[in-house]
Amino acid sequence: MKKNRLSALYAKDGTQKLLASLLSILIGLVVGSIIVLIVGLTSKNISLSGAWDGIRLIFAGIFSTGRSATGALTFGFNPTSLGNMLFRATPLVMTGLSIAVAYQTGLFNIGAPGQYLMGTMVSLMVALSIPTDLVPPVLVWIIAFLAGALAGALWGAIPGILNAFLNINVVLACIMTNWLAANLVTWLFDISSFKNMAEGTKTGYIYKTAYNGVATAKCGLDKLFPGSQVNGGILVAIVLAIAMYILINKTTLGYQLKACGSNRHAARYAGIQDKRNIVLSMAISGGLAGAGAALYYLSGNTEFFWSTYQSLPAVGFNGIPVALLAVNNPIAVIFSALFMSMLDIVGLQMTNLTAYNEYITDVIIATIVYLSAFALVIRMLLSGRKKHGGEPAAAKAAEPEKATAPVPAEPEKGGDEA
Amino acid sequence: MTFLIQQTMLFAVPLMIVALAGVFAERSGIINLALEGIMIFGAFAGVLFVNLVQKAGVYDAAKAAGDWVALQGFELLAMLVAALLGALFSLLLSFASINLRADQTIGGTALNMLAPAIVLFFIRLIANQNTLQMATGDSASWFMIKKTTLGFSRTADLGFLGNTLLHKVYLATYICIILFVVLSIILYKTRFGLRLRACGENPQAADSLGINVYKMRYAGTTISGALAGMGGFVYALTTANCASTGDVAGFGFLALAVMIFGNWKPLNIAGASILFGMFKCIAASYSSLDINGDGVYLLATAGISSHFYRMLPYLITIIVLAFTSKKSRAPKAEGIPYDKSTR
Repeated sequence: MKKNRLSALYAKDGTQKLLASLLSILIGLVVGSIIVLIVGLTSKNISLSGAWDGIRLIFAGIFSTGRSATGALTFGFNPTSLGNMLFRATPLVMTGLSIAVAYQTGLFNIGAPGQYLMGTMVSLMVALSIPTDLVPPVLVWIIAFLAGALAGALWGAIPGILNAFLNINVVLACIMTNWLAANLVTWLFDISSFKNMAEGTKTGYIYKTAYNGVATAKCGLDKLFPGSQVNGGILVAIVLAIAMYILINKTTLGYQLKACGSNRHAARYAGIQDKRNIVLSMAISGGLAGAGAALYYLSGNTEFFWSTYQSLPAVGFNGIPVALLAVNNPIAVIFSALFMSMLDIVGLQMTNLTAYNEYITDVIIATIVYLSAFALVIRMLLSGRKKHGGEPAAAKAAEPEKATAPVPAEPEKGGDEA
Repeated sequence: MTFLIQQTMLFAVPLMIVALAGVFAERSGIINLALEGIMIFGAFAGVLFVNLVQKAGVYDAAKAAGDWVALQGFELLAMLVAALLGALFSLLLSFASINLRADQTIGGTALNMLAPAIVLFFIRLIANQNTLQMATGDSASWFMIKKTTLGFSRTADLGFLGNTLLHKVYLATYICIILFVVLSIILYKTRFGLRLRACGENPQAADSLGINVYKMRYAGTTISGALAGMGGFVYALTTANCASTGDVAGFGFLALAVMIFGNWKPLNIAGASILFGMFKCIAASYSSLDINGDGVYLLATAGISSHFYRMLPYLITIIVLAFTSKKSRAPKAEGIPYDKSTR
């Protein structure tokens, strides 16, 4: 009886997705460790014990508390690291959701970095320009947050419109709007009065929102994780993730979005307005990315380097592995974002404590993305279903199995992954 | 004018060759979104090779003697190394998308993330900073062809064509143009090219005629990887002073746009890349651009923000795509993993 239940659990779609994701993570970490080991063995500057330190940090860096007097690595509960992990996870949850929601409609939203930048700019400008002696700071925060989300939504809608009405490849449109956003943000901040002039050492940065008295409420989390930057933003992100789960799985709109993703032409035949849904999906997706930027930069103590025309924010791109690892399930996005931000902290510890640097964690993330490219295929083989060709190129990113009967399978899936 | 043409070439030629790289992959049926990543990796490989060979002192004698033929050989070797490693790196994509029938968009994205990560990881270990440069000297003194290297006197006037094509140029640029022509002919006029294109249009039919689809797709992506890797190094050599920073400023993606705008056809791609190269050139050097040679820097004095010029290449791309996308026709089978059992 018990064995039957176990095998039934294993046969479930959600379980297999979870297992595939965990396997990808494990392989990613092992690949990172192997690189660290090889470098340690071949480099003259790094001893074998140095390499061993590196490997231990890759797996348990979040619990690192530095080095003891004798120079050995020490591990234990580190509230600062954990709190910072939660803080850094906040925008990642949002960009991960952004990618995941667009995926449901069969769109690969590689434009999240641009939407994130637009959200950053608008939320900062709004938060800094409304005088807080007239308007309560909480209200300013809310207005700035909504403005950031709106800016992201509008920017995200552009590739959606280009794709739906002009047939431009959505990946390309997203890439172009990314660089346009990077230049536009630089331009508008360049001619604005938000550049930090008060602190002479901080050239190239925008004022912190705390300068205007606007900062995200701590919600008691700072007591839990003293010494870290954590604030209530992570709670907002979690609430939004749950809202997205409900939107996608429990509403008519969500069903229509998914229908467009699995087969645009069939959806149109069934009376769904496919063009409207593509634009809408990209707008929601962009809004989430913009909101993520607002949550990060309205925290009060984060600074934005405005001359960004040559680079795009990594947080936007890292939404892609977050969504892939979570198999586009909004609830699972929370956990995969936490994992990614943990790797971020690990990278910092690597730079601080060993001869290695933080880029090894990027290698790990890339490995995980690479594995998830054929994780879909492996899962399909496991469940014996086949992928059918013939959709437009961008729709390839969509999961094929969600297509046929999404509604009954959903509730179990979320529970398993959470 | 000479300056404008030369600068445009510097941007247009890497774009052209990398766009052709995209054509070879897509015509065989594989979407190569990883062009950017392969460029980054190729640039790193080439620069590292130059750096290591310089440290070993192999070409010191040639440099001291001003033996520019040997130095050009050195440049060619570095291009070859970049191409080889680019091809090797692209195998990751071909393996995932051909053998494992993985999602090509995600696979390409993974490579785009992997390349800068691994390159920066090693650059930081090797150079202790985020840029890997040549061990000694700069790309101009080692690799650039000037009047004097060709035996003309410093004051000689070579005429308009001579000044444009022989003074302050890189051999790599011409090699790329020759390669572009040769490979385009191969793609259209040989049996191999025909078979490759068949695999991108209708792999089932190609297979039924005895063509090994997997092999052709491997050939397509590997040529693509070699060209993109080489293009990455040429970009680093000619515009970034032979330095690798784990970044090629979105050139791989721009090449992808050029490819789509050029409708997957070499001649259109050549035209498109010259157009984009010109706008890139304007963005990079509008302030010192003297178009008609009267000593007035027209674009700098026009009162338009420099930010606007930087946005131009991307704006133009979108506008041009808006007009051409309706009738653009991608290879029919691109992005679809080939499965023998569905024949």
